[in-house]
Amino acid sequence: MPEMTYRDAIKTTLVEEMDRNPNVILMGEDIGVYQGTFRITEGLLDKYGPRRVVDTPISELGFIGAGIGMAMLGLRPVIEVMTWNFSLPAADQIIQNAAKIRYFSGGQVGVPMVIRGPNGAGVQLSAQHSQSLESFYGHFPGLKVAAPSTPADVKGLLRAAIRGEDPVIFLEHAGLYGHKDDVPENDYVVPFGKARIARAGRDATVIAYSRMLHFALAAAESLARDGIECEVVDLRSLRPIDYETVIASVRRTHRAVVVQEQWRLFGAAGEVAAEIAERCFDDLDAPVTRVTGADVPMPYARSIELMAIPHEQDIAEAVRRALS
Amino acid sequence: MKQVEKPQIDPQVALRWYKDMIYIRTFEEQTERSFRRGKIGGYLHVYTGQEAVVTAFLEASRPDDIMFTGYRDHPHPLLRGSDPGAIMAELYGKVTGVCKGKGGSMHIFDVSRGFYGGYGVIGGHIPLAVGAAYALRYQNTDRVCLCFFGDGAMNSGAFHEPINMAGLWGHDGTCPVVFIIENNLYAMGTSVKRSSAVTNLASRFDQYAIPNEQVDGMDIFAVHGVASRAIDEARRTGRPYAVEALTYRFSGHGAADLFQPYREKTEVESWRQRDPIRMLEGRLRADGHLTDGAIAEIQAAADRMVEEAVKFAEASPEPPAEELYTDIYADA
Ligand SMILES: Cc1ncc(C[n+]2csc(CCOP(=O)(O)OP(=O)(O)O)c2C)c(N)n1
Ligand SMILES: [Mg+2]
Repeated sequence: MPEMTYRDAIKTTLVEEMDRNPNVILMGEDIGVYQGTFRITEGLLDKYGPRRVVDTPISELGFIGAGIGMAMLGLRPVIEVMTWNFSLPAADQIIQNAAKIRYFSGGQVGVPMVIRGPNGAGVQLSAQHSQSLESFYGHFPGLKVAAPSTPADVKGLLRAAIRGEDPVIFLEHAGLYGHKDDVPENDYVVPFGKARIARAGRDATVIAYSRMLHFALAAAESLARDGIECEVVDLRSLRPIDYETVIASVRRTHRAVVVQEQWRLFGAAGEVAAEIAERCFDDLDAPVTRVTGADVPMPYARSIELMAIPHEQDIAEAVRRALS
Repeated sequence: MKQVEKPQIDPQVALRWYKDMIYIRTFEEQTERSFRRGKIGGYLHVYTGQEAVVTAFLEASRPDDIMFTGYRDHPHPLLRGSDPGAIMAELYGKVTGVCKGKGGSMHIFDVSRGFYGGYGVIGGHIPLAVGAAYALRYQNTDRVCLCFFGDGAMNSGAFHEPINMAGLWGHDGTCPVVFIIENNLYAMGTSVKRSSAVTNLASRFDQYAIPNEQVDGMDIFAVHGVASRAIDEARRTGRPYAVEALTYRFSGHGAADLFQPYREKTEVESWRQRDPIRMLEGRLRADGHLTDGAIAEIQAAADRMVEEAVKFAEASPEPPAEELYTDIYADA
């Protein structure tokens, strides 16, 4: 298996899918001439031309809405948002149109579209550029939401997203673009709604996704030095969400810690914790706990910014508390 | 507004327009009665008074052209040949409705006839139409997308972004869309004067390099002339075109708009003098193409179609419980 960065896994998959299906087109701000804000689409304008790699004005509502119309007519637009923060002017299009057209048309037409881009905190980008929107988009039936943590999952999930028939919110993490790992070759597809056991263990289950998965694995490593063996579950997609893998793991370990970068209130971790509480009440040896971002707009200064997102130590402490 | 020449139209064609307009008016009047009898729920917005606009545009378009509109959306699919029973059943919330009773009045779809909805958020469908037009050209067809919306929609943010993109893409000939403003002078109770800094709405397309014109939306000959030109241009050039049809709705904004405090009865009355159906009827009569007997027959035929539609809707079953969870995703 070749090694590849998270960034290259996105690009390679885009290229493979564009080569495979002429109806796959890319659209977004500065993806062409500028080569992509995070250089995901570097060189693709030259390779595919302006009809398939469409540079747009700064009109998120306009081009995401247009993508919906394209998808309804049989194209498969893969739309880049510079970051998910800028999807909010288009939230109406995503929620009121993309998510619901199949339903209110009685199944006459669907919206096979992917919207992708970085989600979550970067480094000192402050309040308007650091949000994690997975629970926001995860709330709406009709959308699918993926948040891959590894280059392999990027490839497998993005491929499933582009080949699928439904609108997909594809949440990358800018903090992972340089992350390198093995990527299976050929037609590797990861279906939505299948979590992955990223590390096996018997003492506690740590559930995470996206960048937090790596913090969870690091915490598990450090705990292992003290003889505590964590099982780490990578959710991979949040809608649909694979509760079965989570529940089965908690039934084995009897303890659960759920980790997310986003704010605590109404978050994905609370949702997973509630499901565990409902289904594993008799299996639990400790309360389910959440490790989450601080309930504040993201500050700029590095010292307090670091306090606003969870770290390896926070996760390790939560596991120790569950075991004490 | 340009003074429009009165072209000699084949009387058979004009008679067809007349029948079409009678048909959709009769249908709409029935939906209002059914609403009052509690058979139709939710919101109900009818097209009464504006018939010349949709009728002329659909006449000027090809059957393989596609359409998007807002929630005042019953006549568009009806004139494309959708089964009136299936549309009525949709309004009645029956599983035999075009959308299985999941959309209702504001979300009529008949994709097999190129009717892509039926949207309830003002202006929200405009970007979809622009993208759809792009897709039509991307697939190397010469089909055109018709995008209908109200005067009120032009003040939403969802108007400006896609209209700019349409103008821009039009430079490359990749956006064959015709924007049709059904300017009935009001958005609910807010008049154009009270909501738009510029009241010549067509002229607002100048800023986006989109050719545009106003037309008397009560005169179907005039609308048809402009519609043909606009659609032909879009088809030929791949560029957008905008037409502002000046029209009027005779009914309230929706079925709940009973008192209409925003407009005078005399204003409604004076517009009724320009009823598009009566105007065409007068002309056909004067030219000797329509008699009292023929008018009665046409009305009776429309009544029968609509009665049948109501019967079908009433006899149809409601959606079963399984329908609640289908059509959310392709595989569920
Ligand atoms: C974004 C949004 N805001 C408000 C409404 C409520 N609303 C429904 S119809 C309407 C008026 C629209 O007027 P216009 O676009 O002129 O269409 P018309 O009803 O006259 O055909 C309003 C404000 C809505 N549906 N969507
Ligand atoms: Mg209006």
